[in-house]
Parts: sequence; C-alpha cells; structure tokens
Amino acid sequence: MSRRAQGVAGAAVLALLVLLPLFLGSYAITLFIFIFFYAFLGQAWNVVGGYAGQLSAGHAAFVGVGAYTSAVLSMQVGLTPWVGMFVGGAVSAALGAVIGYLGFRFGLRGFYFVLLTVAFAEICRVVALNTDAVGGALGLYITFTGNPRQFQFQDNRAYYYVALAMMLLATGVAAWIERHRFGAYLAAIRDDEAASEALGVDAFKYKMLAMTISSFLTGLGGTFYAFYLFSLQPNAVFGIPLSVEIIIRPIVGGAGTLLGPILGSFILSPLAELSRAYLQGSGWSGAHLILYGVLLVAVVLFLPQGAYPYLARRLGWTDHAR
Amino acid sequence: MPADREPVLAVTGLSKRFGGLQAVRGVTFDLGPGEVLGLIGPNGAGKTTAFNLISGFLVPDAGDIRLDGHRLVGKKPHEVCRLGLGRTFQIVRPFPRMSVLDNVKIGALGRLPAIGAARERARAIVVEVGLETKMHAPAGGLTLAERKRLELARALATGPRLLLLDEVMAGLNPTETAAIVDLIRAINRSGVAILLIEHNMRAVMSLSHRIVALSFGEKIAEGPPAEVASHPKVVEAYLGEAYVHAPPA
Amino acid sequence: MPDATLVAQGLLNGVLFGGVYSLMAVGLTLIFGVMRVVNFAHGDMMVWGMYLAWLGATRLGVDPYASFLGCAALLFALGLVTQRALVGQILDAPHEMQILLMLGVALILENAALLAFGPDPVRVRSPWSAATLWLGPVFVDVARLVTFAVALALTLLLYLFLKRTDLGRSMRAAADNRYGALVIGTDVRRVYAVAFGIGAACVGAAGALVSPIVPFSPSGGLSASVASFNIVIIGGMGNLPGAFVGGLLVSLAESLGAVFLAPSLKELVSFSLLVVILLFRPAGLFGKSPS
Repeated sequence: MSRRAQGVAGAAVLALLVLLPLFLGSYAITLFIFIFFYAFLGQAWNVVGGYAGQLSAGHAAFVGVGAYTSAVLSMQVGLTPWVGMFVGGAVSAALGAVIGYLGFRFGLRGFYFVLLTVAFAEICRVVALNTDAVGGALGLYITFTGNPRQFQFQDNRAYYYVALAMMLLATGVAAWIERHRFGAYLAAIRDDEAASEALGVDAFKYKMLAMTISSFLTGLGGTFYAFYLFSLQPNAVFGIPLSVEIIIRPIVGGAGTLLGPILGSFILSPLAELSRAYLQGSGWSGAHLILYGVLLVAVVLFLPQGAYPYLARRLGWTDHAR
Repeated sequence: MPADREPVLAVTGLSKRFGGLQAVRGVTFDLGPGEVLGLIGPNGAGKTTAFNLISGFLVPDAGDIRLDGHRLVGKKPHEVCRLGLGRTFQIVRPFPRMSVLDNVKIGALGRLPAIGAARERARAIVVEVGLETKMHAPAGGLTLAERKRLELARALATGPRLLLLDEVMAGLNPTETAAIVDLIRAINRSGVAILLIEHNMRAVMSLSHRIVALSFGEKIAEGPPAEVASHPKVVEAYLGEAYVHAPPA
Repeated sequence: MPDATLVAQGLLNGVLFGGVYSLMAVGLTLIFGVMRVVNFAHGDMMVWGMYLAWLGATRLGVDPYASFLGCAALLFALGLVTQRALVGQILDAPHEMQILLMLGVALILENAALLAFGPDPVRVRSPWSAATLWLGPVFVDVARLVTFAVALALTLLLYLFLKRTDLGRSMRAAADNRYGALVIGTDVRRVYAVAFGIGAACVGAAGALVSPIVPFSPSGGLSASVASFNIVIIGGMGNLPGAFVGGLLVSLAESLGAVFLAPSLKELVSFSLLVVILLFRPAGLFGKSPS
C-alpha cells in the first residue's frame, strides 16, 4: 500500500472513530474508552519496550504515580487535573529516569531489567498501601462532580474523545520517533547495543530518553485513570495485573510497530470483556488473565513479532520509504 | 615517519591486565595519516585487546592513546567513534533485523542527523563496497563475505579518519579475500588510515606500509613488512608458520 | 528495640526456613544453569505444590510430609511438559521471548489456581504443626525442623545426582556446552526436559513442605518467585552451592527483617533487597556472571 493510500485509509478510520459516538450506546462507548485508553498506555510502553527493546513489566508504577499525584493535588490543593496531569507525568518521568539510570548504568539487561522494573512497581505498591496520607489500604476516592475543569464529565462521550486524543498523541510521538534518528538508533540498540556503540550511538543516553518519554506518557494516563474510575487502590493501580494489561496489547499487536498497540487493544479489550462475562460465575474478575497468559504463550511460539507485522506481510503492505 | 606529520594514532605505553594475565604490556606505536599499519602476532598476543582498548570498549590500566591529538583514554566507544575512529568486530555483528541499507544508515547518522541525508550517504557507501544488489535485503540473510563488506560499510559511513579492522579476512576464500583487499586499498586511498589485525600474512604484507608485531602482550618488532617478516623474534613467535616467506602480492 | 529472645527466635526460624528457600532456589538455578532459561513461573509452581499438598490433606487425608514426594512427582511432570511443549521451542530465540513465555505460563498457573481454589488463604493442618520443642528461651516448631531436614536431604540428593549419575553428568555437560554435548551424542532435549522437571519438582516439594507452616493463597506466587530470584542472583546464576547458601542468607535476612520491622513491610524488604542485589551483585557472591 503506497504512502498516499495509507494516509487516506488512516484519515478515513480517524473520521469513523470521531463520528462513532453518535451511533453507539453507552456500553459500546465504554468499551471503546478502554480500547483507546489501553492503546494509549500500550503505545507509551512501546517507546521503551518495543522500539528500544527494554522489556519493562512494571509500568503500572507510572500509572499509579501519575494517578496519585494528580488526585492528591486536586483534593488537597485544588489544582485542576488538566495541569495536575503534567505534574503527575513529570513525577512519573522522574521515577522512570531513576529506574532507567539504575538499570542502564549498572548494565542490567533482559531478565535483570525486567526484575528491576517489577521490584520498583511492587515497592511503590507496598509504600502506597502503608501510607495513610494517601489512603493506605483503603485507597483514594475522588468525589464525582462532573465538572470538566476537574477533568470530570457527565457524558461518557467526553471521556471517549479524551481517550481517543490521548491515543493519537502517543501514536504521534511514536510516529515521530520512527521517522527520526532517535528511532533508528533505538532499533540499533535493540538489535546489538555494543555494535551500535561502535558506530557512535550513545546507547545510555537514548535508552534513558526512551524510558523518560515512556514513563512521562504513562504518567499522563494515570490522571485519566484516576478521573475516570474515581477510585485508586494500591493493588489495582500499582499491581502486576495492570502492568500485564499494559504490555499485552503491544506484544500481541506487534511491539516496536506503530499500529501494534492499537491493533492489540482492539483485539484484546473485547476478548477480555467476553471472557470476563463468560467466567463471571467464578467471582474472580481477574480470570481473563488466564487468557492473557495463553495469548502470551501463543504469540511467543507462533507470532513472535505480533499480529500487525504478520497481517502486513499477508496483505502485502510493505514499507520501502524508510 | 617524517617529523612534520602529526600521527593519526599515537599509542604510548598501553597496558592491560586481566586477573593474573598481563594481556598488553607497555605497547607503543604510531600511525601516520593515510597509513596502513598491520598488527600481527600469534593468538593470545593481545591484538584484539589492544583494539578494544583503543576503541574504548576496555579501559587501560596504564598508557596514553591519542587520535589526532585528542586523548582517547576514558572515553566511551561512541565518543571515540565521534572523534573519528571506526572499527569492525572479529565476529561480525550486523543488525540482523534491518536491511543492509538501514545498517549502514546507522553509521551515517552520526555525522548526518537528518534521516534523508543519512540514507543517501548510506546508499552511496553500499554501492561503493559492492553490496548494491543487496541494498534492501535483511542483514541476517547475507553470506559471510557479504557481512564483512557490510561491517566495513557501516564503519565507513561514520566518516572515520582511522579504521580498525579486526581479522576482516577470517573465513574468506582466496577470491573473496582478494576482493576485500582491493576494497581496503581503495578505502585507504580515499584518505582513511587503517590499523588492521590479520592472520592472513599475504594480505597483510601486500596492504601494509608498516607492521607491528606483538607477542604475549609486548611489541617485538616494528618496521616495513619484509623487515618484520624476517625479524628473528617474529619468526620465533610464529615458529612453524610457512607464510613468513610469502612474496609481496 | 526487640529483645534478644525475639532476635534469637528470628535467627533460628530464619535458618530453618532457609532449608525451604534453598530447595526453591536450587530448582531455579538448575533450570538456568542447564538451559539459560529464567523460570518466571517458579513461584507459581511452588504455589501449586502447596495446593496439591492441601488437596492431598483435605481430600485424601494424607499428611504433607508424606505427600510431598507425590507433589514433587506431579510438578516434575508439569516441568517436563512445559519444557517439551513450550520452552524447548524457543531456546534460541531472543531473551525477551523467553521472559514473555514464562510470564505467560506464570499468569496461567496463578490464575488457574485462583479459579480452582479462590483467593482466600488456606493452611494445611498436620499433626506435626502444633508440636514444639523448647531450646532454652527459644522454641522450635517441629514442623519447621522436619521441613528443614527434608529440604536439606533433597538438596543433597540432587547434588549427588548431578555429580554421580550419568544423567546428572549429561546435564552438567549440556549446561557447559550445548553443542559439545550434542556432538558426543547427548539427547539434549531429554536432558533439558529432565532438568526442567527436576527444577519444578524441587519447588513443588518445597511448596508441599511449607504448606503446614504458613498460610498461602494463589497470589503468593510472585513473592515466592522474587525470593527465589533474590537467592539465585546472590548465589550466582547456575551455581548450586551458591543457591544453597544464598537460601539460608536470604531467609535469615527476611526473618530478621520481620523482627525489626512491621510485618506489612516484609515485602518492602524483599523487593528492596532485590534492587540492591541487582545493582551490586549480578555476578553473585560465588562469581560467574551470565553473559
């Protein structure tokens, strides 16, 4: 498919998504909100986990930090979450920079780096559980006012558009990275870090940049989480299940590709919904995680590059102009 | 070497020890602009260690390394590259998921941050090294000889003043070797100084202006190829090697 | 400041529990040592060992100290199947793929346990559970003592297996050099499968042995995994004596941590310990770093 045809197709899909709320009922809109939101988080992860190839299984830490920051600022100081969002993002970015610095300076790769990210997420979780100032084990509850200045909306459709905008923002960032030297360097680092160093690539700097950008964006998502769900529980917002939700979409859809996280979210969110409804009787709402486990195994064994590259090959979409 | 020419590379008293093993001991040599210097010695002589020290992958215990007068000791590999030193690896390391063009593009991006310009320069270099037919092929699928060319092309794309070639000819048959020798000569003629580690004596003799011989981490001889080849210490280190008497190609 | 008795008790409990930790870690390090695969599902396999013992006790009336061998056998089978069907397919794949695969297995195991047994903690009652011995001011849970003894015995058996038997030697050969082992005709696939099976059996036995001592639930898988990783990284990946000693050390550290800190911060200690270990000791106390 030529560049031009790609552009036209993209614009058409975008127009469709913008017009969709006019035709959809509340349940469907909610489903789409989750699709867009998790696509956003997945795309944010994609920057460091996909393009830079540094697998992080603790990205929930950034959601949690962003969420708690803007929630607390809103509740204690009355700061509008529209600004608090960026403060939350900044704090998340700082945490990401710390984790990245420790990991990359101390040469932690692969399995060790994954462990580091998990450890930090769990530390955040336990700290939040034990800090009464942010609600401890009970968590934080945000009063619903429906006031747009407080990042709250009466109409579900407003959340739909915010989530869609966020997904597009993250995708825009990923697209920029892909098209510039930053992306090429990340791909080189991912393939062979030492060889890239010999070619003048400051691997540490670029990995840090990727990590910081990724954690910043993820932190922004934390605010959406807080002001859409109105309740922050340490186990939910810092826990492994959320980290899994974040990474499964880009991995199934295609890590390191632009449309991978989006495709993954469109595949997985409905599937998760279905399995949740199906396994309702068990009383354990996390049962869809079994499905995720099976999917992870299946993807690794049969489609290691994810759904998008496979589809692109089958449908003959190749991209020479890179 | 004429006194008025500042050496491209000046190595002084380079030393490195690994636990109980003194891999490199007090090695000193110079490389003039546009010169080809061959680095020879039996396995374990410290040649690749010297390369790793010069290119920043290892930190020396003692000694000084200067590239065009710039101090290299303590600099990271990417900084060393930015200062004008390119290197290849003994076991070639292409970026397997990328095309040949994209591989070389990574090297070019060092001096040309804009992707478009970098791609064009990369394209030209791919042609220069003779890999034009494989421009968009994934690097993982190339033959060994082609990978060696790719490795060369990538390092060349960084615009180096000095190229470190680590056993580029290992594993190549005579035809492939002759072709690479020609390529290296052409690169040298374009103004790039070359320091090469090589076991293929014929190739080293024909390419090098001068040779430095190492044994057990120390320099045992230095001078024009024919002189070094017949140096008693070198013959002793290589006892049993028939190539010492190979005529210049 | 807690008194000396509490500290002494903490030390003693730490050492005794160390037997279990060592057994867990030995299983993990064996798998890594032979195949260079990190078993992210390790803790969740242990949880299944615990639940199998629980099933044995509640449905069949079998004491865990009798059923642990059965649990080990079942987990051995699980490990074998996992290796043959899954891990064996991606031995040459990039590391990220391995990590994701085992993460998937961990998710499946943990949530299957949740579906089967529910999220509430359970405990196994063993006749040994209530018995205690007094050693001056400190007391010893007989259960912990037996657990320690059995874990020690199993670790020793494993060590002998690797050093003295043909299969054990093949395993060490394959660990050192896969292609070399292939060249001399070792059935590497079989060796790998057995290694994974043994690793899983170790942790299954550990789970069964621990079931009468502490309450457990499916969500305990992660902390068990983290404890195992802590130990194995300290001791050196693939280093058996290192894993053994590391098990005792980490157990001591956690036990003393529980004495000095609030119980809710116990997890904090584990994870902080993990961060510190990752940053400062990837080569382990016994040397040898994975490349």
